[in-house]
Amino acid sequence: MSQKKNNGSLVTKINSSDVRVFYDQTEALHGVNLEIYENSVTALIGPSGCGKSTFLRCINRMNDVIEGCRITGKITLDNEDIYDKGLDVVQLREKVGMVFQKPNPFPKSIYDNIAYGPQIHGLAQNRQEMDEIVENSLKKAGLFEEVKDRLNSPGTGLSGGQQQRLCIARAIAVNPEVILMDEPCSALDPIATAKIEELIHELRQNYTIVIVTHSMQQAARVSQRTAFFHMGDLVEVGDTDDIFVRPEDKRTQDYITGRFG
Amino acid sequence: MFPYLLAAILLISLSGFYLGRKQASNLRSQTKLHSLPQYHGYFIALWCGIPTILLILLWTALEPILLGSLIRSHLESQSGGLTPTDYVIMTEEVRNLAAGVALGTQDPLILETAEWMRSLQQSSQWSMVVVTILLAMLIMAFTRSKVAPGFKARHGVELLFNGFLFISSTIAILTTIGIVLSLIFETFRFFELVPITEFLFGLKWYPQIAIRADQVAGDGAWGAIPVFSGTLLISFVAMIVAGPIGLMSAIYFSEYASPKMRGWTKPILEILAGIPTVVYGFFAALTLAPLVRDGGIAIGLDVEARSALAAGLVMGVMIIPFISSLSDDVINAVPQTLRDGSYAMGATKSETIRQVIIPAALPGIVGAFLLAISRAIGETMIVAMAAGLNANLTANPLENVTTVTVQIVVALIGDQEFDDPKTLSAFALGLVLFVVTLILNVVALAIVKKYREKYD
Repeated sequence: MSQKKNNGSLVTKINSSDVRVFYDQTEALHGVNLEIYENSVTALIGPSGCGKSTFLRCINRMNDVIEGCRITGKITLDNEDIYDKGLDVVQLREKVGMVFQKPNPFPKSIYDNIAYGPQIHGLAQNRQEMDEIVENSLKKAGLFEEVKDRLNSPGTGLSGGQQQRLCIARAIAVNPEVILMDEPCSALDPIATAKIEELIHELRQNYTIVIVTHSMQQAARVSQRTAFFHMGDLVEVGDTDDIFVRPEDKRTQDYITGRFG
Repeated sequence: MFPYLLAAILLISLSGFYLGRKQASNLRSQTKLHSLPQYHGYFIALWCGIPTILLILLWTALEPILLGSLIRSHLESQSGGLTPTDYVIMTEEVRNLAAGVALGTQDPLILETAEWMRSLQQSSQWSMVVVTILLAMLIMAFTRSKVAPGFKARHGVELLFNGFLFISSTIAILTTIGIVLSLIFETFRFFELVPITEFLFGLKWYPQIAIRADQVAGDGAWGAIPVFSGTLLISFVAMIVAGPIGLMSAIYFSEYASPKMRGWTKPILEILAGIPTVVYGFFAALTLAPLVRDGGIAIGLDVEARSALAAGLVMGVMIIPFISSLSDDVINAVPQTLRDGSYAMGATKSETIRQVIIPAALPGIVGAFLLAISRAIGETMIVAMAAGLNANLTANPLENVTTVTVQIVVALIGDQEFDDPKTLSAFALGLVLFVVTLILNVVALAIVKKYREKYD
């Protein structure tokens, strides 16, 4: 594996060393060492089943939910081991939000969808503060203008693209430091995709974003750094411009030129 | 005779299948057929078999009726001046004698007619055999002559299959309609004897009336309200037991239990659904009711030997598996992505269940509850054993109440006549019960369906 040089000004937000994931006896990730920098977008690319989503789900410990899943190695967030026994997964997920492949708004109103996270983490003292959080989150997700007159109508009634932005707003509402996105545009049409990508650009100012994507164009458009996974290995990681223009590994080159995947 | 004939017809059909298939595959080696050879075979076999078997069934059904009226007119012409009832009895005697039941009758007319009937039966049987086998052969010859490259045998088979399915569903629907109609007509007869307002709004139910002049009994009162209130009280107690326990166990099974745990505990719960209700009934009457009474007395309450509480508790246990497995299904139908979404927000398991899963599954859970209530309302055996017979208008579960189903049972056992209100009241009660359960089921299914559409 080759780790390319990066700009010296970047701060490491997440650091994973020798992360291996087992589903029962099968090893799905074979020792991933990857640094993710603060306030940048890191894209994880690779063919289906290469382990990129598995790695993403390690960062907020979503794999804990899966029966028979075991993780070894170390992942740190701000130099704190997130698999430490003393760490509360609830607090970890408050800091690391996630957006899923398929928009999954809760069967509640738009308002309650956003208020859900702040409410369970006790972020608002009263209704007025909650109103502010909801409005700000919707504004940051670029959805406020579209839904401000129907905050009490169900979130499931929105279009696919709006639902996905609602899910992003929901993640933002708890004030996370990192947002994980698992193919957030795969269920959306090109126009909705363009809006999400634009949003990712804006969000980068305040959040660290890790995005899994199937689309290499998307990785090239939205990310500063790209990591290429193949068959459970992290093959190559570097600045997005370098990876797409001068890939070092043969497999990376084959994948981005469309020879497989 | 009958089984041999059926076997013969099946044999003819089977040979029709092989002959037709052979014929068609011979043709197929020369030219292209519209239908595959086996469809030609099926076509011949089905056309040979179905009409002939139908004819046999029709013949067997009509033969006794035709012979009966033949015998009767023969008896009438031979002996005059008897009442219609006498003829019915004589015809029955002849029939029994012909069937080989010795009655010790010496009447020469009857003996002679029985002999005649037996010979008629025999000739009818033989002609049935000859006619049906001939028919099967004829159809086979005709359909075999149809085997040709352009013949659409496949369509014919599809059509027959279609018709078969149509007839099956028609039978099911017609039976239902027939039952409902009979309920409605008998209910009308009841309302000719008892005013409908008394039935629907009366507060007293004393069905024990005299059905013969020499019996000593009350005048009767037909107010159904205490009966229905008893049903509602017992169902209410049952739902108080089954609702929370069923729902909580469903949540445990679908959200908390490991697959291994679920694998062996869920079937155990479902065994509850397999216990015959009569067993629950005597458990309620013999074990639980005395326990409830003794317990009540121990804490200074006045509990009757047959209390709504005892019956309701056992009925509640009976419907736990309904609520639990239906709710388990709807909770499992909540997409995993919603759970993931909630966990990713940092919600705990119980927060996720309370705030995301239950609201998402709520319509389905409501549907499950309504189905369970309609089941509780219609339940008979437990209440027949454990609830009382006394139509007592009360809301106190420690007292003795009766239910609609119990009163139907009571009305239809023992002496009965079909023109007295006691017997007919069963139909009126049954109709109201039917309407109530129907409405509950329709509403429940509509809710469940609406919920399904949302996530599919």
